[in-house]
Amino acid sequence: MTDAKAGTDATAAPGPPAGAGEPAVRVVELTKDYPGGVRALEGVTFDVPAGELTSLIGPSGCGKTTTLKIVAGLIPATSGQVIVEGRPVTGPGPERAFVFQDFALLPWANVLRNVAFGLELRGVPRAEREATAREFIAKTNLTGFEHHYPHQLSGGMRQRVGLARALAVDADILLMDEPFASVDEQIRRAFQEDLLRLLSEARKTVLFVTHSIEEAVYVSDQIVILTRGPGRVSNAVRPEIARDGSSDEIRRSRGYLDAVEEIWGELRGYVEQDMHAVQGPAQGATS
Amino acid sequence: MTGSGLAAPASGAARAPGALRAISPAARSSLLRAASILGILALWELGGRIPVSLTFPSFSATAAAFGGMLVDGTFLGAYAETVGPLLVGVALTGLGGVAAGVLMGLSPRAEWLGLPVFVILQAAPAAAIVPLITFIYGIGFAAKVFAVVLLSTPVIVLNSYRGIRNTPVSLIEMSEAFLASRWQRIWKVILPAASGLIFAGLRLGLAQGFTGAILAELLITPTGVGDLITFYRSQAEYDHMYASILSIILVASVTITLLQRLEQVMFRPELRSP
Repeated sequence: MTDAKAGTDATAAPGPPAGAGEPAVRVVELTKDYPGGVRALEGVTFDVPAGELTSLIGPSGCGKTTTLKIVAGLIPATSGQVIVEGRPVTGPGPERAFVFQDFALLPWANVLRNVAFGLELRGVPRAEREATAREFIAKTNLTGFEHHYPHQLSGGMRQRVGLARALAVDADILLMDEPFASVDEQIRRAFQEDLLRLLSEARKTVLFVTHSIEEAVYVSDQIVILTRGPGRVSNAVRPEIARDGSSDEIRRSRGYLDAVEEIWGELRGYVEQDMHAVQGPAQGATS
Repeated sequence: MTGSGLAAPASGAARAPGALRAISPAARSSLLRAASILGILALWELGGRIPVSLTFPSFSATAAAFGGMLVDGTFLGAYAETVGPLLVGVALTGLGGVAAGVLMGLSPRAEWLGLPVFVILQAAPAAAIVPLITFIYGIGFAAKVFAVVLLSTPVIVLNSYRGIRNTPVSLIEMSEAFLASRWQRIWKVILPAASGLIFAGLRLGLAQGFTGAILAELLITPTGVGDLITFYRSQAEYDHMYASILSIILVASVTITLLQRLEQVMFRPELRSP
């Protein structure tokens, strides 16, 4: 499956990609051990170029979300470091905003307060933060739902609230943890379009965790492939896709299909390894 | 009449325009509740009329006694005595118990120190301990307050503790990611998230507090509502005795409902609108 690389302009895992400026986030030799001696990550190193969307992809249990949460400053690394805009991460910061897989909305707060919540925590006066919130409610197509509560919204709309909340604090870097995982496929595609549109307007740097190869290739400038047991960077792929076409054109383009094929090639090797390990542990131990 | 009330929900299950349905869902729900209460009262009346036992009065006799005691000021006098220790006791545990539970939920050291005490206290048979209170606090006001505190504290403390501990991890992570201070995290995320269990604890604590107050009046000092029960039983005026018990149930459920409303207004606006 190594032949699959030929189709795309793949770069080795470490080091900044050619042509990009100073990376917004540098992840350097990250290792994470969980209590009980489980090693979740080992030597994870990659860069997130400023103004680009980088995806982390890999099989479940490969430490994608752990990596993202270490970048967010929500959990500490065992060793290695994360450098955001030139400074090492010691905790969460105002230049990073997080979009949660399970939305993490306050069930007792309406859409307006949820979207404004990041600003509320920063002490922005009510009138000002609600004006900002309304702006992003409009941009995420939630106008008219300001006074609804999360339980009255669909999954897709809840994640729009989560996205609006992250955009409202005007962080340079968006960290998104499988944001569309709990949204059904049709809405997911519409959501991907919206995300690309919003990002092209706002010029954010995005680190995006997903387990969908198609989604990663469709939205990303760079895709970092993690493999599990413990999580390591196996490759970083930069799909060569002309973004000016329609959604369908992009999904049928050579660059898109090659990138999907290459990533699948990378991951399939590990999936097959896993399946052999499961089926024949005795043979696996000798090899 | 119950027949017509029950027919409406079946036909009106779909969202038909108002003209087709005379009764709103809210009205239907209260109608059903009223029907359930009426059913129980009818059974009570029947049981009293048979009679099941000479000591079991019918509902109408109890209601008449209830009305009489309400008018002649018997209830007023009795509750004036019972409410004092109850309010003081519940106020003490409401503030102190919630604070202790919240502290135990937030701080491992407080949890280590406090949790076993309250778990044991909850398991202990309080009614057996109540008579012992006399040895320390005598038979006065303080003894009754202590009985209220003894019964209501464990459930209030433990529910507050569990409420804090059950705050969804993702909400805590969210507040951290959006730079909440420790105080903001507690006040804007953890406490509202825990409010459901805290208030459930307060409601149960209040009910336990009532039990404590009545137990103290039955076992320690014959005063207040507890004394009404003892007195009418000794006089074999069972309708009055049942009226006293009924009054306790009414007062307790009304207070607990008010507490529930207070919680929704203060912390959970999303639960007010269906």
